[in-house]
Order: sequence, then structure tokens, then C-alpha cells
Amino acid sequence: MADRTPVIVGVGLSDYPKEPELDNVAHHGLAIRRALDDSGVKLPDIDGLMCFGSYGVDDAPTVAEIFGIKYRVLDGTFVGGTVFEYFVHHAAAAIRTGQADTVLISYGSALLSSQGRNLGTQMFTSGARQAGPLQYEVPWGNPLIGSYAMAAKRHMHEYGTTSEQLAQIAVDIRDNASHNPKALYQKPITVDDVMSSRLIADPLHMLDCCVISDGGGAVIMTTAERAADLPSTPVYIAGSATAQTHWNISQMPDFTSTAAAISGPAAFAEAGITHADVDTLQLYDSFTITTLLLLEGLGFCAKGEGGPFVGRGGVLRFDGELPTNTDGGGLSSCHPGMRGVFLLIESVRQLRGQAGDVQVPDCEVAVACGSGGFLSAMGTVVLTKEKR
Amino acid sequence: MTSDGPAFDDAAIAAQTVIEGRNLPRMETWSRPYWEATGRGELLLQHCAHCGEWQFYPRPLCTTCGEVPEWELASGRGEVHTFTVIRQNRSAPFKELGPYVVAMIQLDEGPRMMTNLVGCAIDDVRIGLPVQVHFVPADDEMALPFWRPVVGVG
Repeated sequence: MADRTPVIVGVGLSDYPKEPELDNVAHHGLAIRRALDDSGVKLPDIDGLMCFGSYGVDDAPTVAEIFGIKYRVLDGTFVGGTVFEYFVHHAAAAIRTGQADTVLISYGSALLSSQGRNLGTQMFTSGARQAGPLQYEVPWGNPLIGSYAMAAKRHMHEYGTTSEQLAQIAVDIRDNASHNPKALYQKPITVDDVMSSRLIADPLHMLDCCVISDGGGAVIMTTAERAADLPSTPVYIAGSATAQTHWNISQMPDFTSTAAAISGPAAFAEAGITHADVDTLQLYDSFTITTLLLLEGLGFCAKGEGGPFVGRGGVLRFDGELPTNTDGGGLSSCHPGMRGVFLLIESVRQLRGQAGDVQVPDCEVAVACGSGGFLSAMGTVVLTKEKR
Repeated sequence: MTSDGPAFDDAAIAAQTVIEGRNLPRMETWSRPYWEATGRGELLLQHCAHCGEWQFYPRPLCTTCGEVPEWELASGRGEVHTFTVIRQNRSAPFKELGPYVVAMIQLDEGPRMMTNLVGCAIDDVRIGLPVQVHFVPADDEMALPFWRPVVGVG
């Protein structure tokens, strides 16, 4: 019987971090072409498409039209930046059941060049009266960063977490970025640098925030059987899961706990791995607190102990105890609005041994965990070098 | 304002609660009773007679058990569950306000509500601070529920 185990056979990055001549569709195009080249897959073989973008520009049916994709499965789910982990979860199921044989996941965004760096610190309202659940939030002027700041404040209150401990996350990830010649920021920083950067929303400083960049990425998935006929090195999807605790921040049930505590254990169980098996972590780092909450949610440290865990310094470096965001993450390298696809691509790069200066030795198991919305939706994917 | 005067008089609170320029709510099927009550100075919450849970924001069904909840008058009391001081917001009217407090209020009845905490110096805001609702008219029909420290406490 055919081996329909889902694998990633190709990945491609668009150009980043600042590409004023490229629009969203151009980013999709570069990423898709490079993923096709990387995989050996031909465009007409793609029978599944999963993407989320701007309505009428690069939403799923529009991308299908632009690139001539004759899909049997289409997915335009929206759950924010972790949607690409959701797409892998959905694509794995479609591939296992035979609803699709070869699925393309694509993302392209010219956020920095088209809108500047305002994502975290402005209100995205039209001036018209607000409908839906957001009507209970928009009058209060809570920009995106405020939601994460309130989680950080509560974590500090309950567990004694300090700003210096959060700052260490930014420092470690910047060290990783210093090895990535394309990272938006590459010059190493110190905890003092973070602490002395401007407070944007207490307790988060400017250097607790991710960058805003341009960029794009594409991932091609198929069956292990088809992968055997392709020139590229496949990476196995050993486990995946998704979960949501709330959507809007004011409905977050526990400001110190996320749905990573649900999707993480589920994905680990499917893959049959323990924490000791994980060689590299690719975690959403929209803000330093995001990464800390994901570390706790996935169980790499106990709930509440994330501060001391990262505060030792160097833990998250590529050569540290738990190599995390080895490309420099959203905090220093690339964040065009939704970062989830880059977590997958960096996982593949590590598992294939293609990570250059930041290669994790003997890398066999990678975990990608995204955060979408306002610490709301969390998709976890376990990727392995060998079939498990 | 002088150091021996009231910390936050009506004029100081008025400056923190400017309505003009804020994005206001739309009265919809399930939000209309809530917002109309604010216009009368009342805070309404949904309470489920079937399972006993309270909920906010208003919805068609109880999120705990799925039955149809009832409207009940809330106490208008609570405490600060978490908060942040917004120091950069590029959008009007907030870019003109100076640093301001966005807070989650833990209502005495159980649910939480986002607000701006007013009538209090930024440095005096703390998690656990007892607070009460402070309605400010937004138009002819509705008022926005700001919150302020409970008078005579703290």
C-alpha cells in the first residue's frame, strides 16, 4: 500500500527584509518558484492550495487563479500568524486521506514597504461604528502591543517574572540573527540595551517587539511515496495539532496560559516524542512575552518558570541548551505581519543540515509553534528527519 | 492640580475620558440591550439561570451550557486584573492623550471587561486595585463604561 505519510519536499523564501519593489503577489511568486525548484515538483502537479492574504489581492481563490492552480483542496483559514501551522495540520490530513497529493502553502507580504512599522501601535479601525465583539474593545485605544503587555504584566504579578528576563530572549535571538546576513537587525545587543529602549506599552520596550519587514515563504507537502521519486530531501510531519482559547484579548481565560498547552502535548503525543528529543524550536516571537508563554505552554519549563529558564542567558542561542529561532526570529530577522511560515522553513533548513553557521548538530527533531491573533490560536507541528 | 488638593477632580477625569475621535460601538441585536442600559447609567450582564454562569460580552447563548441567558443588573464593582500603560498609539484621539491606562477589570460577578482606568495616577495603578464603573455619555443613546478606583478605598 502506498505510503501516504505527509512530508515537506520543498521550501522557498522570498527576498527580505526590505524589498520596496516587490508587492504581495511578487513575494508569493518568488517563494513558490523557489519552493518548486527546491522540491522538484512541477506546478501542474499541485492539487491543494492553502494561503491567507488580502482579500482580492492574495486570498486563497485569487492566488489559485493568479498561479493557475487546479486544486482539489483549498484552505483560506484565518487565525493570524500561526495559520501556516494550521495549514500543515490540514494538509497532513488531506494527504493522508487522499483528498490531495501535493499541497502548496504560500505567503507573501510587503508590509514594511506598503504600510511602514505601525502594526503594533496604531488602531485598525475605519471610523465607522464597530460591529461584533471588537465593539467592546476599540473604544479603549488598545493597540496590538497592549494585549501582549497585559499578559506580560499579569505574568510578572503571578510569578515574579522580570523585564530583564524577557529582555534576555531578545538578546539571545539577536545573537542568532547576527549569523543571518539577511536579518533586518544583526548587531548583538545586551539586556541593558533592551531595558533602556523606549517603553511602548508597560512593561514592553521597543526591543521586546518584533521587527516589521517584507517577505514571503512557500512550503510544498506531498506523500512519502511521491517524495521518494523527487530529488529533494523530505522532512516528515510526525505530529500536528491546533487549539484556540479565545480570539479577542479581553476574552483570554488566563493571561498567563495559552493554547500551546493544548496543541503542544497533542502534537508531541502523535509524534511519539518527549521534550528531550527536540533538537530545535521555532517559536513565534511577536514579542518577548510570546516566546516565554510558548516555552511554558509546550512544557520546556514549568508554568511560571519561563523567566528564570531564559534568564540564565544563552539558552535560546543556536549553540545553547535549546536552540530557538535560529534564523534570528521575528524579533530580529523577518516578520512581515504573519511569521508562521518561517517557523516551518527554518525547521526544514535545520533538519536538512542546511543551516550553515547556526546549524544544530545532529538535528533530527524540530518543533514549530505559532501564535495567532492575541495569544489566541496556537498551532504546533513536529517535524522529523526520519520517518517515526 | 496641587498636591494638597483632590488627586483627580472632575476636570482631570474629563480630560482622560474625551469621547470625540474614539471608535464607538454599533448597536446590534445582542449588544443593543447592553448599550441602551449604559445610556441609563446601568451595567447589564448576561446570567444563565440554567447553569448559573455570568458572561460578558453579550451573546445569543450561554458559552458554558448553551442555554439562553437572561439580562441582570451588575454591581458595577470589580478589581484590576491586569493593565498596561500605552505610551505610543499613532491613532487619534489616543496620540493626543499622553500615556493612558488600558486595563482588564475582573468584575465581582466573574467576567472580565476591557476599559480605560481613569481618576488615578498612572503610578498608582496596580493589579488588585478595587474599582467601580464610571459612565461617560458617548452619544444620545449610550455611555462608555470607564472604570475608576472605588471612592474612599485604597
